[in-house]
Amino acid sequence: MSGEHKGGFLSTYVFSKDHKYIAKQFLWFGLIWLLIGGVMAMMIRWQLANPGEAFPLLGKLFFPRTGGVIDPDAYNMLFSMHGTIMIFLGLTPALIGAWGNWCIPLMIGAPDMIFPLLNTLSFWTVVIGGAVGAYSLFVPLGALEAGWTGYPTLSTTVGTPGSGETLWAIAVFIIGASSIMGGINYITTVVRLRAPGMTWGKLPLTIWGLFFTAVLNVLFLPVIGSAMLLLIFDRVYGTQFYVPATLTSGGGDPILYQHLFWIFGHPEVYILILPAWGIVSDLLSFFARKPAFGYRATVGAMLAVTVLSAVVYGHHMFTTGLSPMLGESFMLLTMIISVPGEILFFNWLHTIWKGSLRLNSAMLFSLGVIFVFGLGGLTGLFLATIATDIFLHDTYFVVGHFHLTMAASALFGAFAGIYFWVPKMYGRLMDERLGKLHFWCTIIPLTTVFCTMFVSGWSGMPRRYADPTSSPYVAELQYLNEITTIAAFILGAAQLIFAFNFIKSCFWGKKAPDNPWEVGTLDWIPAYPVPHGNFATTPTVVTGPHEFSHPALGPDRDWISQTEALPETEGKTA
Amino acid sequence: MDATHAADANTAPPPDEHFGDATGGKVGMWSFIAQDGMAFGGLLLAYGILRFTADDWPVPTAILGIDLTAFATFLLIVSSVTMVFAVQAAKFQDKSKTVFWLMLTILGGLGFLGIQYYEYTHLVHAGIGFGESAFDFGDGRGVVDVNNLFGSTFYAVTGFHGLHVFSGVVYLTCILIGTLRGKYTQGGISYSAVELVGLFWHFVDLVWILVFTFIYLL
Repeated sequence: MSGEHKGGFLSTYVFSKDHKYIAKQFLWFGLIWLLIGGVMAMMIRWQLANPGEAFPLLGKLFFPRTGGVIDPDAYNMLFSMHGTIMIFLGLTPALIGAWGNWCIPLMIGAPDMIFPLLNTLSFWTVVIGGAVGAYSLFVPLGALEAGWTGYPTLSTTVGTPGSGETLWAIAVFIIGASSIMGGINYITTVVRLRAPGMTWGKLPLTIWGLFFTAVLNVLFLPVIGSAMLLLIFDRVYGTQFYVPATLTSGGGDPILYQHLFWIFGHPEVYILILPAWGIVSDLLSFFARKPAFGYRATVGAMLAVTVLSAVVYGHHMFTTGLSPMLGESFMLLTMIISVPGEILFFNWLHTIWKGSLRLNSAMLFSLGVIFVFGLGGLTGLFLATIATDIFLHDTYFVVGHFHLTMAASALFGAFAGIYFWVPKMYGRLMDERLGKLHFWCTIIPLTTVFCTMFVSGWSGMPRRYADPTSSPYVAELQYLNEITTIAAFILGAAQLIFAFNFIKSCFWGKKAPDNPWEVGTLDWIPAYPVPHGNFATTPTVVTGPHEFSHPALGPDRDWISQTEALPETEGKTA
Repeated sequence: MDATHAADANTAPPPDEHFGDATGGKVGMWSFIAQDGMAFGGLLLAYGILRFTADDWPVPTAILGIDLTAFATFLLIVSSVTMVFAVQAAKFQDKSKTVFWLMLTILGGLGFLGIQYYEYTHLVHAGIGFGESAFDFGDGRGVVDVNNLFGSTFYAVTGFHGLHVFSGVVYLTCILIGTLRGKYTQGGISYSAVELVGLFWHFVDLVWILVFTFIYLL
């Protein structure tokens, strides 16, 4: 198979149908939006620690009307758009879009995605969605102000007049369509294009994570599509699906939106975390030089989480006047998620137990996922319990919790992926010293930021207050906000190390060998640059993905490619 | 698709121990149908919640013309049957029969859309609009306001379905053109494109049965 890609500029560099190029497009797109969302986070933190003071450097540029001061309206837009941007335009492309496209065909031994054109469409659709979202920041009366969840009645034309909110709903709708296209492609590719011998039981766990994510994407993004469609109708055509009882007869139901939103919204948490879990499950085994402990149990646990994620959404709505009996069911089901969660943790810890750990950046970030998800998961129990949730609802405890679980864990998963796969993506090694510095300068302030939020939230600090000093009892907690903000700025600055390292290494880094990490999965077989069609000959898989330090391999090397058979050992075959 | 792409969705990949020799297109279409079903699920859930929490929901049969829509439903079901014949004909490499049955299917879809257009204009004329609703029940009360969500949900759900029928007709037309060019009656799995449009068309019909039941009959 010829590696030459013949085509014009547009079909090579813009509308490429090659999954590897689309993966790069998704990665850069996601990273740019993470930067934008990150700057917004800095502005939010600045406002919380120094309410009423002008944001340094960039303030005058973004808030000229107030001379750089973030007024309450701007603050509402900042936290609303920060959430939307990070979830839909930052993490989804940088984690699912990039590593889904990169890993699935390469790791299952396929020449490309099964629907290459749909893949291209998926990327360019998310670009359109991003453009609409970005445009909404600049319209009169401003962007979304109702929080990233866009709850009515705040998000009706009564709560937020102007077209910003409508554009937001359209953008979410478009981005959802993009994710669905990606999801259909991922599912079909994994089902149909596995190389000969690549049975379900030999799939790398990364692929399992991405596969379950794709299933959730396909099943639940349409629901938020419906919710957004009705919201758009409410705002544009004057229907009253979500507008509560008015002077005319009837009247809609704002809680309906919350149902539809969280039917999607809770699986979305797992949409973001499952690929990270998959990547971590593989990387821990790769860098501990041990087989992944309990491969089947890990897959089973991820499957259980996928199923359970669909039936727990009501725990977001305990304070809406939900029937207590329903609430208890949702509480029970939510608590049950910790069982597969525990299985995953158990397997991860057993994978690294007594392994010969190679603590490079990718491994550090994988361990980081375990750590931050552990913190986030444990605090989730307080929010799943109705009695404590009613107290903690809409406090900074919630903010800390979901940032640790879905934001930090997913981000760390994406970072682990970048440090791990860039040597194949760009043929160059990432700078390990800078990578480790990036890790330590990220995890320490990150833990500080969100754990301080637990304390302030537990003490009663509500979320979404533009000026925490305006209320006496919250003003008491101002020192906590200041600690959080200082840590957040260190965290933000640490990402500049990453940006520098990423750009430097991708273009001018040390040339990478073909298999720098000495692992056996198929993605390390083709040499850089991986040609169009990936594999010169379709690989035949005979071994599992994590056969490390097998006694039959002898003293010289501790890994084996998935295409090689393990030598037979006495009395027992692999 | 350029030559280096081995990943053509409708060529038969190596048989899969779990999925037999289903083509990629088939797995993809089923995934698509799953997501589409969830989209309808979201809208129907909204309809159910809004309707059964409302105090004053009019009886649908008093406003919507059941007879005409029942005929449209019949038309859609029959078009599903003709679709089955089209797939069968394509499988047996009978080009003229495939074309014939596909055309009948398209006619069924167009007939449904025509009836829906007539129904919409009639209802709007009678006062049931998107977001505002007044209706003369003919019981001597004259034109009275009804719950405006009745009209909104009606148009949102049936309109969403109508868009599906419309896309289905366009999709069927594309497949018809391909059939006329002889692309899908060459034996082997060349008929699979006809089968895929069939899957979509059956789904659109099946959803209509649910929509018809919930919105018109219940």
